[in-house]
Amino acid sequence: MTRVELRGGRLVDPASGTDAVTDVFIEDGRVEAVGERPKGFDGATLIDATGQVVCPGLVDLAARPREPGREHKADIRSESYAAVAGGITTLVCPPDTSPVLDTASVAELIHRRAEETGAARIVPAGALTLGLDGEHLTEMAALRDAGCCAVSDGGRPVADSLVLRRALEYAATQDLPVMLTPSDPWLSRHGCVHEGHVATRLGLTGIPEAAETAALGRDLALVAQVGARVHFGRLSSATGVARLRQARRDALPVSADVAVHQFFLTEMDVSGFDSNAHVQPPLRTAADRDALRQAVADGAVEVICSDHQPHDRDAKDGPLVDTEPGISGLDTLLALLLRLVDEGVMDLSDALACVTVNPARALGLDAGRLEPGAPADITVFDPDRVWYVTPEQMRSRGKNTPFRDWELTGRVTHTLVNGRHFDTSDR
Amino acid sequence: MTLQLDDKGELRHFLTTEGVPRALLTRILDTAESFSAVIEKSVKKVPLLRGRTVVNLFFEASTRTRTTFELAAKRLSADVLNVNVATTAVKGESLLDMLRNLEAMQADMFVVRHAESGTAEYIARHVREGVAVLNAGDGQHAHPTQAMLDAFTIRKEKGDFEPLRVAIVGDILHSRVARSQIHALNGLGVGEVRVIAPRTLLPRHVETLGVQVYHDMERGLADVDVIIMLRLQRERMAGALLPSEHEYYRLYGLTERKLRFAKPDAIVMHPGPINRGVEIDSAVADGPQSVILRQVTNGIAVRMAVMSMTLGAYRQQREDEEEGA
Repeated sequence: MTRVELRGGRLVDPASGTDAVTDVFIEDGRVEAVGERPKGFDGATLIDATGQVVCPGLVDLAARPREPGREHKADIRSESYAAVAGGITTLVCPPDTSPVLDTASVAELIHRRAEETGAARIVPAGALTLGLDGEHLTEMAALRDAGCCAVSDGGRPVADSLVLRRALEYAATQDLPVMLTPSDPWLSRHGCVHEGHVATRLGLTGIPEAAETAALGRDLALVAQVGARVHFGRLSSATGVARLRQARRDALPVSADVAVHQFFLTEMDVSGFDSNAHVQPPLRTAADRDALRQAVADGAVEVICSDHQPHDRDAKDGPLVDTEPGISGLDTLLALLLRLVDEGVMDLSDALACVTVNPARALGLDAGRLEPGAPADITVFDPDRVWYVTPEQMRSRGKNTPFRDWELTGRVTHTLVNGRHFDTSDR
Repeated sequence: MTLQLDDKGELRHFLTTEGVPRALLTRILDTAESFSAVIEKSVKKVPLLRGRTVVNLFFEASTRTRTTFELAAKRLSADVLNVNVATTAVKGESLLDMLRNLEAMQADMFVVRHAESGTAEYIARHVREGVAVLNAGDGQHAHPTQAMLDAFTIRKEKGDFEPLRVAIVGDILHSRVARSQIHALNGLGVGEVRVIAPRTLLPRHVETLGVQVYHDMERGLADVDVIIMLRLQRERMAGALLPSEHEYYRLYGLTERKLRFAKPDAIVMHPGPINRGVEIDSAVADGPQSVILRQVTNGIAVRMAVMSMTLGAYRQQREDEEEGA
């Protein structure tokens, strides 16, 4: 029987609205009690959390561990340890692996590797179509039974509207939420940055906001028709957020996330052809960034993710157009989130809700809350600890970050996954 | 762009005309002026770059631009190496590996042309200290020596930049030449730079580059002193950017009739190679107002200027002369 006692921390659990200095008692991978010590609870590993924040472990709806298929960039072992070091206890992994996560066997492989590693939980999202080809439906019931929490376009939008409609209908039949990344494939073709004045100056092909809104418009029309649960990933524009806001007002069963880097960077960050700021969807204008901040502040968008995409050095080395998009984000997710709190966008509890209970709720995961009976996935962090982003010291194998040398505040000291304790304070 | 300037504000590389101070742009033109005298002599050589090695690294086929760079380097007495990259790249060698190999052959300068925007900057960030990089065209981003030779031609033909109105006509969207011209001409203080094109051939927010936008030749060419026609690639018809060559020529092709919208003494320029009957009528291209062939001649002097300035040779000679005097 393993017991852990977290003593004297500030417990912030957005799910229950708790924000108080108290103790947490963990037994056999579950939260046994909060506040009062249960009878006979002794022999526990004691963690002194005085002056620190204790919150549910973070749930990241978009993180690519690169396994199977791209282990030269990262693997499940390296990334699930990096996640734990960053206070993230659940990673939802998109299906654009190699081979594509379109059969139960790939999902089982991922589960097995995650279990062998024994760090963060990895929940695969199955592919919506076979090989992400946008034409043939996957065996969604089998994927669900193999532990997939959702089906997803894996960042490759389904072009054919009829196929998408059928996929939504079939997923709804199997009671699976659908994850879509809204981007019109024609409007975004060959594009690598936002279609704005920086793209014009640098002579790069841009991706207009209309790529996002056109796709969102179609997808929302289908949701209204079909009634499937849809989670939109990586919104990037003010107009996109406005569409989503309207859809929620119309009571459509939709939710959405924004990648955390979108709150801090704009198209200006690519102005020196910096490949580390090359992301999809692209960094847009300051007005878009501010609209995204507003959207998480007022709850129109309720999930924030890392959009973690670790890369090897070669993938980011070259003229911008020839480099692969994506940011290695596990190491910086929590500290950037805390910066949003610092900058007055949200209070701490609302900010933590965006990475705990809200993403869990969006996909129906048993995670993201900290109350008796809940899985003991817990993050403890020092909210005042200042650190500097040094790519070489990042725990992820991917060192591709545009936040090099940023001064951030807030560092994870302990993480518990299913009651297993990871001390991350020795850095 | 500080990458291309050293801490004294001198050219270390020449990657873009954007953000280059007017004094330095003017000095490039003045230096080119002194070299154009050399070119007209019977012995067309100066020993400024003797013993130096210039590598022409062309990832895109280009006979004309490569030839003028080669000629410029030879007139400066440099050794020139032309690397046929199209075939090397097929072997899967990375850009950086190729660069290291060429550097190991003691190259002093790379003249780079590449189909992707930002390549020249990328290479400039990775070469050894003291090795210069000249951008001979990167994607749709910049072609600074072309812009400077155009500015040089304008100054020769028209004198002061301040009172001039310059119109750039055609496919601005895909044109590295247009972008570099706009920055160079604005940097040199040209009174007004205009672009004339249908909206499909203009990049978004093009006005932020510092130009007046026109969609109509009659209004756009009114009172203009310089007309720069851009080449229209035939593949633009395929991308739904234009309906047909025929309609493009009817609306934007420079004919003698449309030329009359401009000032009577306006000059006509074109970076070449020209598509007769697509963007320009032969009668105009070969007509009295055309300075297209003079642009080519001026290109050699301008490239000699930039080559000698980036390798510090010109500065060195000037300093030596001053000491001697």
